[in-house]
Amino acid sequence: MKLDTLSKKTVVRALNSDGLRFKIGGFNVCLSSSVPAVAEHLLCLYGAFDVLDNTAFIDFYTALEPPSKLRRFFRPQVNFSFDGYFPFKPLPYKQASAMFEWGLNWCIASHSHQYLIIHASVVERNGQAFIFPGTPGSGKSTLCAALVSRGWRLLSDEMTLLSVNDGCVYPVPRPISLKNRSIDVIQDFAPDAVIGEVFKNTAKGSIGHVRPSDDSVALGEIPAQPAKLIFPKYERDSNTVLTPLSKSRALLKAAENCFNYNILGLKGFTSLSNLIDASDCYEFKYSHLEEAVALFTDLAH
Amino acid sequence: MKSFQQPILCTVLIDPQLALTFTLRQWDLLIRQARSANLLARLGYLFESAELLNQLPTQALAHIMSAQAYADRFYISLQREISCIQEALHSVNAPLVLLKGSAYFMAGNIAAKGRLFSDVDILVPEDKLPAVEDALMKAGWMTNTIDPYDQKYYRQWMHEIPPLRHLKRQTTIDVHHNILPKTTQFCPDANKLLANSVKLPNQNIWILAPEDRVLHSAMHLFHEGEFAQGLRDLSDLDLLLKEFSTQVNFWEKLLLRANEVQQQIPLFYALRYSKHILQTPIPESVLEASKQRINTTLMDALFLRALLPDHDSCNDKWTGLARSLLFIRSHWLKMPVYLMVPHLIRKTYRRILGKELH
Repeated sequence: MKLDTLSKKTVVRALNSDGLRFKIGGFNVCLSSSVPAVAEHLLCLYGAFDVLDNTAFIDFYTALEPPSKLRRFFRPQVNFSFDGYFPFKPLPYKQASAMFEWGLNWCIASHSHQYLIIHASVVERNGQAFIFPGTPGSGKSTLCAALVSRGWRLLSDEMTLLSVNDGCVYPVPRPISLKNRSIDVIQDFAPDAVIGEVFKNTAKGSIGHVRPSDDSVALGEIPAQPAKLIFPKYERDSNTVLTPLSKSRALLKAAENCFNYNILGLKGFTSLSNLIDASDCYEFKYSHLEEAVALFTDLAH
Repeated sequence: MKSFQQPILCTVLIDPQLALTFTLRQWDLLIRQARSANLLARLGYLFESAELLNQLPTQALAHIMSAQAYADRFYISLQREISCIQEALHSVNAPLVLLKGSAYFMAGNIAAKGRLFSDVDILVPEDKLPAVEDALMKAGWMTNTIDPYDQKYYRQWMHEIPPLRHLKRQTTIDVHHNILPKTTQFCPDANKLLANSVKLPNQNIWILAPEDRVLHSAMHLFHEGEFAQGLRDLSDLDLLLKEFSTQVNFWEKLLLRANEVQQQIPLFYALRYSKHILQTPIPESVLEASKQRINTTLMDALFLRALLPDHDSCNDKWTGLARSLLFIRSHWLKMPVYLMVPHLIRKTYRRILGKELH
């Protein structure tokens, strides 16, 4: 059953009692919250995800609750917890849904060392996974949202899960997180894209989330073969330039972008080398999304 | 004894085979409890040694593999850290005695399996303390505690100096000159423990004798005020006892040693609760011989709650109170009132002034 098919009332009731259970790729998540905006966030952005009944194995029990009832009227706050553990300091109440996204990133990144986790977005076309590692500001999410809006399959916006067992990339097709100007850029580029509430004044500026395509969500458990590793860099008014990158440089750059490279040790090195061996590696400078999409669509033939 | 609802995690620590009959929902709860008790990697080890890993449901296996990957990395770092400490203390004319987790690890004890911790603990003779501190400082370890009152408090009353942190690796070492604070009523004589310590073959590293390792684990756990890792520590005891019980006269030595170092009460608790919660195979005669004149009704009510995982599914309405009372008890045991009261007043005062953040 898809989350879309539930009424808002049902979602609110589930969030307020045992929690709403739903499936994101290979992960099962349970979220409980008394914050009304969270239901809106889920209905807007997670509509295509499957709801689970309470016989399912849940990977991450999460909750978003105000730390104290006393502060309800004075600068209200919200806390994210993972099965009773609070990994972060509270945030302003209005940012509850954004906190869920960050919190879930943390849950996955800290408890999934069966994967080498690269800070990269990853999309797929014709069976080929394109991986875009990115430091903040590189435009990886903008690029990812643009490609997905033109029919590419979203595997993940925030983290690429590379299995240390089979070398495939496993999807977590969650909403794509856009910052500041990128929100307008994507709204212009893809007027049909559904963008959720925009959270202002977060630690990262304004944040908006793009709803993943229904196809991407439906294929959430199907891995993809890595084919290209592309380091993007948005530069104002620049031409669209794709430059081949040597494998050795690519390995070092990619290692810097891993969340758990240090934890996996030799396994991490082997997985990453295999990825680099199997992929063409590039650096990519761009300012024009239309050109970028055309170039990659060509490359994926 | 208090009626006792056995958490699913304990069921599996006792007999991993039982997990094979679990529903997915039970697996879900098992993983949650194990994670909150910091026993996920150990659970993986138990399944692995019972050759059950390939029969686990994929979802549960993923969490266990993740925890094991983390643990594998931890062992590598620990090995390196111990080598660094060894090298730093090379010039000091004193044996390097490792305690707790690092000792289990270097001794190859089963209790080291899946045991994750943050500090390396070492024990040195008190008169060597300045030389050891000096050598560690020269090798890059610095104290975290610059407050003169805290420094004095540690040195005057405690069994260890303030933790030292390595500038580059950010690792922490706890240098002990005794096992319990000097102010504890039944403080063991560290020299007795040192005298009985054993040297690891082909290394310049020493660890406490098997019975002392058990006693140290017991005194640590049953003088402790915080039980977030209580079940992990009890599981250490369970594994140590099972492993050592095959040695000749182990139980007799253990009982005898507890008398020598005045740790009959912690040993009594250790045997009682490890038997009760984890069904450690302890001979009836040993349990009988370890008995102490203690109000077990009260202590059971406290320990049988506090020693369970700190997870919603294991807590009842009295758990919070039990943990608070044991916290107070731990301070009571560590310090006489005439020392504790001025200390607490001072700490409270400084916290109000905002000079202290924790």
